[in-house]
Amino acid sequence: MIETLLQGVLLGGLYCLFALGQSLMFGVMRLTNTAQGDFIVLGAYAAIAASSVLAVSPWLLAVALLPLAFGFGYLLQRLVLNGTLGRDPLPSLVVTFGLSMVIQNGLLEAFSADPRSIETAGLNTQSLALPGGVAVGVLPLLIFAIAAAATAGLQWFFGHTNMGLAFRAVSDDREIAEAMGLDAHRVYARATGMAFGLIALAGVLQAMRTTVAPSDGPLLLLFAFESVIIGGMGSFWGTFVGALLLGTTQQIGFRLDPGWGIWLGHIVFLGVLVVRPQGLFPRTRG
Amino acid sequence: MTPAASLPGDRAAPPPGPLRVRRSGRGSRSAAVAALLLVAAAATMPWWAPEDSASSWMRSLVEFSCYLMFAVMWNLLAGYGGMVSIGQQAWFGLGGYTMLMLANFGGINPFVAVPLGAVLAGAVAVPVSFVAFRLQGGYFAIGSWVIAEVFRLGFANLSAVGGGSGTSLTALRGISKATRELATYGIALASAVAMVALVYLFLRSRRGLALLAIRDNEVAAESQGIDVRGMKLAVYVAAALGTGLAGALYFVGNLRISPDAAFQVNWSAFAIFMVVIGGIGRIEGPLVGAAVFFALNRFLGDYGTWYLLGLGLLAIVVTIRFKQGLWGWVQQRTALNLFPIQRILDPGVDDARH
Repeated sequence: MIETLLQGVLLGGLYCLFALGQSLMFGVMRLTNTAQGDFIVLGAYAAIAASSVLAVSPWLLAVALLPLAFGFGYLLQRLVLNGTLGRDPLPSLVVTFGLSMVIQNGLLEAFSADPRSIETAGLNTQSLALPGGVAVGVLPLLIFAIAAAATAGLQWFFGHTNMGLAFRAVSDDREIAEAMGLDAHRVYARATGMAFGLIALAGVLQAMRTTVAPSDGPLLLLFAFESVIIGGMGSFWGTFVGALLLGTTQQIGFRLDPGWGIWLGHIVFLGVLVVRPQGLFPRTRG
Repeated sequence: MTPAASLPGDRAAPPPGPLRVRRSGRGSRSAAVAALLLVAAAATMPWWAPEDSASSWMRSLVEFSCYLMFAVMWNLLAGYGGMVSIGQQAWFGLGGYTMLMLANFGGINPFVAVPLGAVLAGAVAVPVSFVAFRLQGGYFAIGSWVIAEVFRLGFANLSAVGGGSGTSLTALRGISKATRELATYGIALASAVAMVALVYLFLRSRRGLALLAIRDNEVAAESQGIDVRGMKLAVYVAAALGTGLAGALYFVGNLRISPDAAFQVNWSAFAIFMVVIGGIGRIEGPLVGAAVFFALNRFLGDYGTWYLLGLGLLAIVVTIRFKQGLWGWVQQRTALNLFPIQRILDPGVDDARH
């Protein structure tokens, strides 16, 4: 049982990385990116493609991918997504949903439907023996640590830097922020750039831990979304806890019956929605 | 509703008042005639179509009707109710599965089970709405997707209906192919026509006006005494019922159901595509969109991934560049709405405003 819980918590670390980008984009500009999962998969495939050409460590690849992802996200927001923001959620939903179709089918065409993964030189099979006869994988542990660090980093960034202040300002009241001299579209683009850095990181780690296939995106989106909502909007640590709760629930579900693991995660998500619609740790920014 | 709030509604309602200048124009009258002719042609098609192709035409039109109904309901929900959903496949699949279970296990005639499946989908939507309405905007969209996934995984684990690989509609065995096809076709055609007509009549009514007010500004509508929550619930349930009907019919025509086919997100993706291409928030939108989509599917569907990639791109471009969709574009060009399918509430509203 302890092993199941531990594995669930570690799985939650990965889900947290899926979710942080979503949490960031929604927090700053109320944009629901329905292609979140597909971008994670795209990031994974970018790393897979790069690793087939360059024989370097996947960690180096992940680091190299970050600025690229930032630039990609920045341009995507400036050129496409900024035009879809507004009171009506439809344009941004349709555009990101369209992007999701484009990415899925593009990847299918380029890489076929076979699941792929990134070679980690055995890292993904190494494990640590803990006292009490419990073993945990080294890679999941690393991913968990990265997720916790990313969450702490984001929370710090929002609270202690000028750009974080700008993020909070446009989130709280865009018009006043603009009157104070902020260019909201530029701020949004930076936020999306950061979100895409996290997305790329999540993609590389997902491909290192297990496999990715072009059609995986929607499921990853749902996990990210559930983590954000369970945790409560506007709080990165909330997202972190939400992801752990989701991972643990799924792991318990898988343990009970492999067919019901994800289902149980969905049910707990809906249960939280009924009992505590604002999420566990909602935070109004300001 | 308070008496004060009912005033504007009263003026726009059927008894001719000073503002009811044009609830139908030349365009909409000729559209009505054209629509009647089209429906008459479709209804008699099995008798005048060449014998060797009548059967395949019927199958195509049943499929088309199901797409159309799904899109019309999505348009009602998103374009008029302001509830953009990526989870309408929940009701499509539920309608299909209910129909199949009632027919296979309950011994009910499958064609009778079709409306029952729709009603059950609508009934289930009532409690589900309490969960779904906890979320708004984009989060409502994805939340409804989660709900659809709950249904999909639930049926995938239900061994009585074949689990993940699905099952066949065995209850139709005793019925000859010709009868079956004709009955499916008749019901599909009648349902699609009735659905479009009902939505049209609803939107012309006082309550339809209330819904438009909600779409334009929820807070303002509520302050005018409109029961916003009740109206949204009604639209949500009606959309579930209509989508369930489309699903039940689709799988009567298909004879086979599986969780992945019934609850696939592509149903919502296609509906979004049809409505956005045709023009959201106008009755002609899904009609035009469904026709375009069906034609694209026919001629380009074989290109598989490239076709879907193109659909995604087209949806993006239309959303950003042509927000009003194809029909909106036509309406802008032909300022007087001369294009003859025009049968929308707008003339009344426009005349009241300008």
